[in-house]
Amino acid sequence: MAQLEEVSVEQFKHLVSERALTGETMLLNMGPQHPSTHGVLRLLLELDGEVVINAIPDIGYLHTGIEKNIEAKTYLKAEVMTDRLDYMNNMGNNLVYCMAVEKLVELDVPERALTIRVILAELERVNSHLVWIGTFGLDLAAMSMFLYAFRERERILDIKELISGQRMMTTFIRPGGIWRDVPVEFESAVRDFIRMMPKRIDEYEALLTKNPLFLDRLLGIGKLDPAVALQHGVTGPMLRASGVNWDLRKARPYLGYEQYDFNVPVRTEGDTYARYIVRVEEMRESLKIIEQALNKLPLGPVNSNNRKFVPPPRSELGVSMEALIHHFKLWTEGFPAPNADIYQAVESPRGELGVLLAGDGGPKPRRCHWRTPSFDNLSVLPKIVKGHLVADLVAILASVDIVLGDIDR
Amino acid sequence: MDKKLEPIVQALQENFGITSEEFRGEVHVFIKAEDIVAALTLLRDKYDFELLSALTAIDYLPQLSPRFHVIYQLTSLARNLSLQLRVPLDDGHPHIPTATGVYEVANWRERELLDMFGIVPDGHPDPRRILMPEGTEGHPLRKDFPLGYEEPQFTFNFDEIDLRKPYAKE
Repeated sequence: MAQLEEVSVEQFKHLVSERALTGETMLLNMGPQHPSTHGVLRLLLELDGEVVINAIPDIGYLHTGIEKNIEAKTYLKAEVMTDRLDYMNNMGNNLVYCMAVEKLVELDVPERALTIRVILAELERVNSHLVWIGTFGLDLAAMSMFLYAFRERERILDIKELISGQRMMTTFIRPGGIWRDVPVEFESAVRDFIRMMPKRIDEYEALLTKNPLFLDRLLGIGKLDPAVALQHGVTGPMLRASGVNWDLRKARPYLGYEQYDFNVPVRTEGDTYARYIVRVEEMRESLKIIEQALNKLPLGPVNSNNRKFVPPPRSELGVSMEALIHHFKLWTEGFPAPNADIYQAVESPRGELGVLLAGDGGPKPRRCHWRTPSFDNLSVLPKIVKGHLVADLVAILASVDIVLGDIDR
Repeated sequence: MDKKLEPIVQALQENFGITSEEFRGEVHVFIKAEDIVAALTLLRDKYDFELLSALTAIDYLPQLSPRFHVIYQLTSLARNLSLQLRVPLDDGHPHIPTATGVYEVANWRERELLDMFGIVPDGHPDPRRILMPEGTEGHPLRKDFPLGYEEPQFTFNFDEIDLRKPYAKE
């Protein structure tokens, strides 16, 4: 193990203004253990009274070395770790990883698996936005919002448990398809959920959208200019709240998103309130997509029958020697991928989630880089909090919707 | 290659003498380290590549020349195009000029390069580690950095292992 050395203060002096050195302004640590930093994020604040002059994010407390660990596993086994990156968007991480592997080795996916993937990805988007709206309310002292949002989220976790046996770390989407077909109860469970959900979103909006206290806290706070947003690589709802209409589901359709009829909510204000509106609207649009996908859900296989990459079903192992060999080879040695690399991106609830996957000709990846949206979205924070109060900083940070597992990887 | 990308690659070819290759529909452009800032500026200002989607590196050890590829994944929103610039770097003391002046997102991403690969961004405004603690030795995503493990502590050997554990100093 590498030894940690003594670190001097000198090399951090350039981060704060000169007034901090004379003691005119105050330096304050917010976090790493602070309820409104949504995990373990440390913000070093330079304050003039109550006004934030400078905010310096310090990340890495949740660094787990997943990118390094993936290099030591085969393509099939490494997928288990992808759930743990962005723990509010487990299926989305599986999805982009599997799409990257499929692109690297040119694997086909049957139509039914694609449609189920769309349903799951959109459920996951609603799930993530529910957690977001709950914690956003909590940060702004609307405690009941948190309880309502988590009540509905529980329904989504139940659906995930129904199909995979796990509530969060499902690893359900696999290269070449999905783990196994969904049970017959799946359709009615999802239909119940999308029937109930629009009314519940109306309830949230009745609580928050025109609430004068809420508006006072949010309107005009943390304004983000579209040019600044693009310079900082900001994507997702945060970019769309700044007036840039960019959604990978529309711009570069994957999984057959071009077949579904949905809108991309865009606001031009760029403040905290606009981000709230965009996310609430996105939940409604996701429900529309889920309904269309359920209506057209085709029958058929859910896995590619290319046995060089996809393990055979359990039922074949007892009767087919070939299947047994493939099963054994895939789970011990794995499959080789070409010595080349690809970049695959999808629209996660937070923005562009990309994987740069490099093969080395063998069964393990040479490099698996995760372009995580929270990382770039957080990097714009110092720009948008300047001049606001500490209480507004909490609202702005909540509106950025960071997930620390996504940032630190 | 996408029809809309051809004139862009052509322009890079004329200005910087690059080589390009294509894999699975993605265009990779190889460019020298000293040209990268000029190329990024040209792409951003003239060809609407507003977004630097990803900035990372790949370590090709045991190959030493080039050992690293620094990868700039660019996205154009206006034209809906993607282009990847790659800078090959040799082993030893790898340096790239910083792209912070062109895309501010490069600030954190280059700190990550410095932290994880030891690729030094010259002229970076704030060259510190970003994910690993200050004072860590080595660069974890290099291929010659061992994967590492933590010794499990039990009641009978807790103190013994605790003494040699690399805690951060007060």
